[in-house]
Amino acid sequence: MQHRVLWQKAIVEEIIDETPRTKSFRLRIDDRPPFRSGQHYDVRLTAPDGYQAQRSYSIASAPESEGVIDLTIEIIESGEVSPFFHQVVKVGDEIKMRGPIGGPFTWTSDTGGPLLLLAGGSGVVPLMSMLRHRTAAGSSVRTALIYSARTTVDVIYRDELGNFESEDTEVRSTITLTREDDAGWTGERGRVSTRLIDDALAFLKTTNAKVFVCGPDGFVEAAAALALAAGVPFQSIKTERFGPSGT
Amino acid sequence: MATRGFFGLRRPEPPREIPPGQYFETGFPTLTAGPTPRVDTDTWSFSITRAKSPLATWTWDQMMELPQEKITVDLHCVTKWSKLDSEWKGISFDTLLEAVGEVTEEYVMIGSYGGYTTNLPLDDVTDGKAWLAFEFEGEPLEPNHGGPARFLVPHLYLWKSAKWVNSIELMDQDAPGFWEASGYHMRGDPWREERYWGD
Repeated sequence: MQHRVLWQKAIVEEIIDETPRTKSFRLRIDDRPPFRSGQHYDVRLTAPDGYQAQRSYSIASAPESEGVIDLTIEIIESGEVSPFFHQVVKVGDEIKMRGPIGGPFTWTSDTGGPLLLLAGGSGVVPLMSMLRHRTAAGSSVRTALIYSARTTVDVIYRDELGNFESEDTEVRSTITLTREDDAGWTGERGRVSTRLIDDALAFLKTTNAKVFVCGPDGFVEAAAALALAAGVPFQSIKTERFGPSGT
Repeated sequence: MATRGFFGLRRPEPPREIPPGQYFETGFPTLTAGPTPRVDTDTWSFSITRAKSPLATWTWDQMMELPQEKITVDLHCVTKWSKLDSEWKGISFDTLLEAVGEVTEEYVMIGSYGGYTTNLPLDDVTDGKAWLAFEFEGEPLEPNHGGPARFLVPHLYLWKSAKWVNSIELMDQDAPGFWEASGYHMRGDPWREERYWGD
């Protein structure tokens, strides 16, 4: 059961501009080990004098993508590693990585559902891996995503999320914008609320959903508490927190 | 081998050396695998158990009558941040162990409200190395940081310092807790960078 998590060489194969603040990095890893959606990789950068910085980033791609993983990284301007990825990394660069890491915050299609995915900002990344895996595995698990973003341009994977919904009646994707000033936005506005959670649970036809909550600390606290209050069992709610604070 | 174009920001500069792979954090991030349990001190209880049978049990009021210590410690989270000189008030685990008589077991499993567990060698929680902590920076510990009381084992990665703690099981043999069963190191010494299995 136990195996070593070794540092491996990854080659940057493609860089995708997702939003003004996020880019996806497709990394090719020889003998890439299998992973489960929700897991992350550690990256390690080394300066010429030997100084090293490490960070963890969630996998955005599906386990079915052979030989590669995608990491979607939000830039934290005052940070050390995300600005390097955004401003310095080029296709062909070599990055040291190890993974996959993480156990409880994972989903595989044979685990079943229904699934309630609650995303705050770049917290959508590991949930996107679950959605992509769900489609790639041909799963029909009923799935509702509530994704809170600041404005329309901050919505990561917007087209792909729309496609999941339009091509599969078992998927419901709700985007709510907390700082939208565009009068043309016809979707939801404001923070994740009791009403949005209740609507999603009504779509899932049960409160006994598998719930994954990911985003900044304040979002996760609030969204997990709302799911609990809506009747979801405590043990069915898995959380992962990250964001500018470095969590 | 160096990473092309990487020189390191190294800002803010830590006032002293921190463990390898860590960065200096001035805030206090949180990390929890589930929702935050809300635990009332009126119903709170804490037990030391052997074979799941309580050897000693405390209510909140009984616990607060035990000798308390102020401690200033560094925290190292496996998610790479280190927080220095954090001030806590708590009760030494040595004080709690005095209530159960002779202990021949060599391991403990910490248990929490919400179901979290983490395993430790007894040597890592005795002789002034671990506390039941209930005040942070002079204030009652907030629920999101483990209040009303959390375990504090600052010389190991922070996942060993279980939040919302309510039990300590004495064990003859080591067994993996919540994260340890999912790829994280059985001991978790940040200075040896024992993050994951095989480190």
